[in-house]
Amino acid sequence: MINVGLNHFLIVSGILFSLGLYAVVTRKNAVMVLMGIELILNAANINFIAFSKFGNLGLTGQVTALFVIVLAAAEAAIALAIVLNIYKTFNNVNVDEIDHLKD
Amino acid sequence: MNLYDLIFYLFAAVTLLSAAVVVSSKNIIYSAFSLVLTFFGVAGLYILLGADFIGVVQILVYVGGIMILLLFGVMLTNKITSVDIRTGTVNVLPSAIAIGVFMGLVTSIMIWTKWVSLPTETPLTTTNELGKLLITEYVLIFELLAILLLVALIGAASIARRDKE
Repeated sequence: MINVGLNHFLIVSGILFSLGLYAVVTRKNAVMVLMGIELILNAANINFIAFSKFGNLGLTGQVTALFVIVLAAAEAAIALAIVLNIYKTFNNVNVDEIDHLKD
Repeated sequence: MNLYDLIFYLFAAVTLLSAAVVVSSKNIIYSAFSLVLTFFGVAGLYILLGADFIGVVQILVYVGGIMILLLFGVMLTNKITSVDIRTGTVNVLPSAIAIGVFMGLVTSIMIWTKWVSLPTETPLTTTNELGKLLITEYVLIFELLAILLLVALIGAASIARRDKE
């Protein structure tokens, strides 16, 4: 169990996923929720690359991880634009207080 | 326990400890900067798994791009000079319990499953093979992602700069 194998990477990724989920569920600030989403995407990426190495699948997992990174960048840009707009409209970004689409 | 294992435990500890700081810190600026450390740790794990190109892309895109965006988001949406750089939390106890159970479940599944492991000799550098895959087997997804990125950036700019009439 002390020698690093597939299990170890999967455990790290599972814990990282749970921490990201915790940030998404408990934080009020929308930017913190975004950070939680980034943690979750990183956890998924670790899984892709670990299975790609230990599953004899060639580089397919790495290509998928690359696509996930691209999608994360696009998602962060769009989400922050929306957060800025929400801040202009409501003067705060707490996701538990914003419950209507326009003022 | 050889050098590889030692480096793995080092990067795993960096990743998980800084991720814990990210989700638990009251100050959102501390969270943002711990997130940088988390991304570095994850990049180290990628490189340990033989994915050198992905590791470098992780540092470039996440630390160089997404972190800057997140910091802009923090700075532009908080009144730093007045009070509210701290962020509140909601439903801490029930979600801590639920996610603790979830984490235990996932971790025990990862531990007790008999994974069939066929470790391959990944080539020393993967950039060449990745480039070939991107323009042969995955060329459709590659082009679609390029279009998606363009649309997303134009959309983000137009949403963020919309003026109120």
